[in-house]
Amino acid sequence: MNNSLAGSLSYRAWYMWRRNVDVSLVTWKTNVLPPLLEPVLYILAFGFGLGAYVQQISYAGRAWDYLAFMAPGMVAVGVMFHSVFDTMYGAFVRLRYQKTFDALITTPLSPEDILAGEILSGATKGLFAGAAILLVVTLFGLAQYPSSLLILPLSALAGLLFASFGLYFAALAPYIDNLNLPVFLFINPMFLFSGTFFPLDGLPAWVRLLAELLPLTHLVNITRAATLGLLSPSLGWDLLYLVLLTPAVAWLAIAKMKARLIK
Amino acid sequence: MTDPVVKATALRKCYGDLCAVDGVDFEIGRGECFGLLGPNGAGKTTTVKMLTCALPVTGGDLTVEGLSVKEDPRAIKYLLGVCPQEVNLDPDFSVVKNLVVYSRYYDIPRAEAEKRAAELIARFHLHDKLERPVEDLSGGMKKRLLLARALINRPRLLVLDEPTTGLDPQSRRQIWQEVRDMKKNGLTTLLTTHYIEEAELLCDRLVIMDNGRIIEQGTPRQLIEKHLPGGGNLEDVFLKLTGKHLRDE
Ligand SMILES: Nc1ncnc2c1ncn2[C@@H]1O[C@H](COP(=O)(O)OP(=O)(O)OP(=O)(O)O)[C@@H](O)[C@H]1O
Ligand SMILES: [Mg+2]
Repeated sequence: MNNSLAGSLSYRAWYMWRRNVDVSLVTWKTNVLPPLLEPVLYILAFGFGLGAYVQQISYAGRAWDYLAFMAPGMVAVGVMFHSVFDTMYGAFVRLRYQKTFDALITTPLSPEDILAGEILSGATKGLFAGAAILLVVTLFGLAQYPSSLLILPLSALAGLLFASFGLYFAALAPYIDNLNLPVFLFINPMFLFSGTFFPLDGLPAWVRLLAELLPLTHLVNITRAATLGLLSPSLGWDLLYLVLLTPAVAWLAIAKMKARLIK
Repeated sequence: MTDPVVKATALRKCYGDLCAVDGVDFEIGRGECFGLLGPNGAGKTTTVKMLTCALPVTGGDLTVEGLSVKEDPRAIKYLLGVCPQEVNLDPDFSVVKNLVVYSRYYDIPRAEAEKRAAELIARFHLHDKLERPVEDLSGGMKKRLLLARALINRPRLLVLDEPTTGLDPQSRRQIWQEVRDMKKNGLTTLLTTHYIEEAELLCDRLVIMDNGRIIEQGTPRQLIEKHLPGGGNLEDVFLKLTGKHLRDE
């Protein structure tokens, strides 16, 4: 059997992607509304609620309205949540409970096709969420154009990364309840400490170092620069980090999940 | 046998010390309906899963149309129609959508898929439920849909793992009729079952497995004549060979 990833991966991964997209279209109301409404809640709570107390925030050598500072963080967080949860919980349910994997493994799709398709559809959810939140942020007048358009391809890339993380966690978890652990240890800390709600400058040096390792930090950096119109060459490092990490995590997730499902 | 469709040689599947399939040899001839019988845990589903390339083999070899499951799983899977023991339809999709989405995996173009789906739905008497989600189907209808799904790619070899378990006599007879019709059209079939009557009725040849090994094989008639020369049925042969005690899994 050709066990190399490249040898087993084919265009059929898109069939798995299509299947998952088709399911999302069947249940579109529950898929479309949250990414549109969640950021509105965040903007109301943090932007207006908290923003009433923290009116100006200093970032990149300038003072910004708190709402303008925070809004791009919401875009990045939305991409992360929607893609990571799609593969963590969604793929877990499909593969373990709905037996989707068992049904597909006897068709011409290889395990790699199926799992890559899972990552692609998780990334699509992330991209869709990113675009929806960007739309809301734009309607609030908080996004600069054309630089904000960069957020779309960036969300696709980050979607692939976080969907891969999600699939990896699903592969590690014997039971669905075990998934609370990566949420607690990885996803929630990223949500809080990636420069989403406040600049990292004020943090103790060691926390800042840890924050630099979190992938969301780099996504937030680029997303914020794009919405505020602050794009600069130094963001190349953030992009490089995401570009290098994504295939590594995707490969790990596929290998781990395949080993788990085919004994 | 000249030109067998399936050939298993010294086939093994082990989980650590436990060998679910422990050195099995058999061949399935073209157009034949081949039965795999045995008590719970005998290794039937494990054999089927190796054949359908869902499980890697531990030892020996297994070929379909001369292709080895170890070398060409994808090419083999294009040739198979698989009706699994566990229902694994897509709960989010309607009856017709289950078939259309599934046919995509075989590169069947949309229009052709819709045509085939409509034919199969009519043939398996599912037209009343066309647009219903599969969760609304009864157990028997789900099994019929599984069988319809297995035929969407016009397979060369049909693999049926307990296709009639849990069905009422009417549904069971209907599935038997389908299998016989497909046989008339020359389709090669591998069937596992616990219903000895079913095996006697449908299978040209069968093997009885126990503890991962084949303990007897032949045509239903041969087995009865060999083990019960005074007369009896296949069920008596089965019980004689595999004992009357329950299998604890
Ligand atoms: N993943 C696994 N790990 C360990 N043992 C397994 C695994 N899958 C199956 N087995 C064991 O392999 C043996 C054969 O199981 P199999 O499902 O092939 O039996 P079967 O003949 O299909 O039985 P049934 O009639 O109940 O469907 C059983 O003892 C089973 O417990
Ligand atoms: Mg079985």
